[in-house]
Amino acid sequence: MAAADFWALERTNRRETALLVGTFLALFTALGFGLDLLIGEVYFTDTGGLAGMPFLTGAALIVGIIQALASYYGGARLVLASVHARELTPDTQQHQTVLNVIQEMAVAAQMPVPRAYLIDDPAPNAFATGRDPAHSVICVTQGLVNTMDREELQGVIGHEMAHIRDYDIRTMMMIAVLVGGIAMLADFVYRWMWFGGPSARRRSNSEGGGSAGALIMVIVLLLAVLAPIFSQLLAMAVSREREYLADATSVEFTRNPRALLRALETIATVESPLRNASRGTAHLFIVNPLEGAREDKEGFLDNLLSTHPPLSRRIARLQALLAQTSTEGTASTQAASH
Amino acid sequence: MGLVIIIVIAALVVAAVGGYNSLVSLRNQVQNAWAQIDVQLKRRHDLIPNLIEAVKGYMQFERDTLTQVVEARAHAISAPDQASRVQAENQLTAGLGRLLAVMENYPQLKSDQTVLRLQEELTTTENQLSFARQAYNDLVMRLNTRIEVFPTNLIATQFGFHEVELLKAAPEDQAVPKVDLSLGTKQA
Repeated sequence: MAAADFWALERTNRRETALLVGTFLALFTALGFGLDLLIGEVYFTDTGGLAGMPFLTGAALIVGIIQALASYYGGARLVLASVHARELTPDTQQHQTVLNVIQEMAVAAQMPVPRAYLIDDPAPNAFATGRDPAHSVICVTQGLVNTMDREELQGVIGHEMAHIRDYDIRTMMMIAVLVGGIAMLADFVYRWMWFGGPSARRRSNSEGGGSAGALIMVIVLLLAVLAPIFSQLLAMAVSREREYLADATSVEFTRNPRALLRALETIATVESPLRNASRGTAHLFIVNPLEGAREDKEGFLDNLLSTHPPLSRRIARLQALLAQTSTEGTASTQAASH
Repeated sequence: MGLVIIIVIAALVVAAVGGYNSLVSLRNQVQNAWAQIDVQLKRRHDLIPNLIEAVKGYMQFERDTLTQVVEARAHAISAPDQASRVQAENQLTAGLGRLLAVMENYPQLKSDQTVLRLQEELTTTENQLSFARQAYNDLVMRLNTRIEVFPTNLIATQFGFHEVELLKAAPEDQAVPKVDLSLGTKQA
């Protein structure tokens, strides 16, 4: 049963990743083609055909392919660098325990042991990334390590292990790097333009470079328009269903719904955003790391705009699961005493 | 007509090969899962003498618990066959659970770095053992189902695939929840 589900999930993720990369390449090529048209390298003939050398189109396609490949192979490193994570070493008893728990969950999931990383941040959170289970990383915050007991940690790591097993990590990483990258670039260019960019200076002191200036303006405007669309796409591409599924799979690994429940409840009480998380990486985390993103709404619009289901919903689903198991399983006596 | 018969036979052969291969693959996975368990069992056998040595001085009043663990370990290592080995290992699991629980009553152990390190190592070994057993049982269940259901049961009997026994936990083991040091308050 579980095995079949898992193959289906993996297939879905492969398809989504391919779709994402395809869309990305198409957009990039379209951008190159637009620029070709703009500077007159490619033009419409009188008969309605196209003529000229579309070499910016080609260049854009090549750059796009290189970027996609770099994202696939180096995406994990990029993500880890952007959240300022460092490799987790057994320097303290506490960190040794985290490494051990990761190993425990790898045994439970029958998967290779992922590498471990740490973010020095008091906000309790965690994420997993990588291109496949053999090249995967689990990253936890110091805040998580401080607030969780061993069983709760197992629940959280189990959740991340589920994302790894189902290849969610690959899709999420490509989204983070490709889409998040464009959004970030656009943000950057946008700010650069309005706050002392070259166009502002050029306006005052130059007469030449008119066409180049116009070109830059067009790119900037294009990116400025694209940025919010990309952020939107990003949120929509991230299926909130994944989080529910990973919670359920974590329980399948640990056979202990109560621990994950406690972990989520603990995290829910702490409203502290993660310093180095951004819109580009927020969807990777077990709970939304952004400021003020923990509202308990689940309307149509929230579905479109949010990368995470509300924590209260996830807790409710786990409680339902717990009620289910305690009526039939051996855990009933323990559940009652809690 | 001849063509139809050939196609039907070909389809049957393909199905049979697929069924056979799935059985072999599952059987190998079960063996691999057993090897995982074995690794953890060896690891705890190696750990126990060190831990006992480290806590002996502090725990004068727990002679019984300590000797129980030492004896269970000896039984497990010298077990002549699979069944008695499983039984001895189950006793060892229960004994270690008790030992780790009793250790909570000795706060002075918390300041001994060697004990803390060994304790953590033993805890994770016990947890990995229980997860490995869980994975093993899941796989065994899948293999057994495959052997029983039609049409793979025909192939299974033909090629000598046998159902594998599930690893049952000792009764005491079920009463002791997964070893958890940080909570400390849980009673068996």
